[in-house]
Amino acid sequence: MAITINGQEHDLSGDPRTTLLDYLRDDLRLTGTKKGCDHGQCGACTVLVNGMRINSCLTLAVMHDGDSITTIEGLGSLGSPSTLQKAFVEHDGYQCGFCTPGQICSATAMMAEIRAGWPSDASEELEGPIGATSEEIRERMSGNLCRCGAYANILAAIGEVAEEELS
Amino acid sequence: MRPFEYTRADRLEHAAQLSEAQEAMAIAGGTNLLDLMKLQVETPANLVDINPLGMGRIEDTDDSGLRIGALATNTATAVHQRVRADYPVLSRAILAGATQQLRNKATTGGNLCQRTRCYYFTNIDHPCNKREPGSGCGAIDGIARLHAVLGTSPQCIATYPGDMAVAMAALDAKVEIANAEGASRTVPVREFHRLPGDTPWRDNVLEDGEIITAVTLPAPVGGTQI
Ligand code: FES
Ligand code: FES
Repeated sequence: MAITINGQEHDLSGDPRTTLLDYLRDDLRLTGTKKGCDHGQCGACTVLVNGMRINSCLTLAVMHDGDSITTIEGLGSLGSPSTLQKAFVEHDGYQCGFCTPGQICSATAMMAEIRAGWPSDASEELEGPIGATSEEIRERMSGNLCRCGAYANILAAIGEVAEEELS
Repeated sequence: MRPFEYTRADRLEHAAQLSEAQEAMAIAGGTNLLDLMKLQVETPANLVDINPLGMGRIEDTDDSGLRIGALATNTATAVHQRVRADYPVLSRAILAGATQQLRNKATTGGNLCQRTRCYYFTNIDHPCNKREPGSGCGAIDGIARLHAVLGTSPQCIATYPGDMAVAMAALDAKVEIANAEGASRTVPVREFHRLPGDTPWRDNVLEDGEIITAVTLPAPVGGTQI
């Protein structure tokens, strides 16, 4: 059984109880992905599985044989941060930073979802064109909580990238 | 989480047989089940991964309806062109709940089978006839806000928490169910969930060893759905 994390293949073995989140953090030492609630409520553990954002705390590692996972470590690095990572720095989109990896993974997938024309609860039309308005971004990012309440700057950072990339 | 044996189902009958065995449960998206396993509300000795069964397709039926596979994710259903155009109430009901991360994992069958959010059910320090038959009900004389007003029994006042099923009920959808012998039956979504009665631990009409394979929607009726 094998799983690809940030382009690198890893062996999948061990206790089947291991969540994908614990596998990343404890087995692979990829500690960028955070554990906030461990119950699917906060989004700190958000990673991309075959491009889709999910909560890594609510899935078992053993169920991801053959999947390709991208974590915050795979989106960019100190030397070459992703556009969203740069925007979070520029807009000071955090206070303690604990929710930030989840926010950025989540927002990365959100851009693709808007590009694909997927509606959200905030969309007036289910079939119409989707604008990257602040209502849309707020709704689409509602799975990522920030206990420091840095929402205003998080929204500014994501909003800037959305405007550049989606309009 | 209690230890469990993990098995991948490769055929439908295999999955149904395994779920028939004592203390075996099927896992699809896992968003509800793993949450409850962490709380030790669910303690299956065997976990049968039904994802390899490939029941995720959403396809037109011969009578202009739509068949949504049990493993189709909530996202796949909500953004599907025909659901958006012909059954908008279903897209809306799904998009109004949970978060994108959860909807990306949650499945059609799993959503129908999700357990109540009653806080006495999810806290193993309290009695609960649904979780532990015969132990009593903490909610009836406890904090009963958000509990059922209609359809209750002296044993249980829990509600079913899903929004998706409500839209499906309004659309006259049917649940397709298969068993270990490979036989199948269909049950209207409206008749799928049970009232607690004397057996509050049974949330729905699924028998041991049965598994949901799909939900079918009849031809769209047109008009506006709000
Ligand atoms: S740690 Fe996974 S959602 Fe909070
Ligand atoms: S920056 Fe502290 S939790 Fe969001």
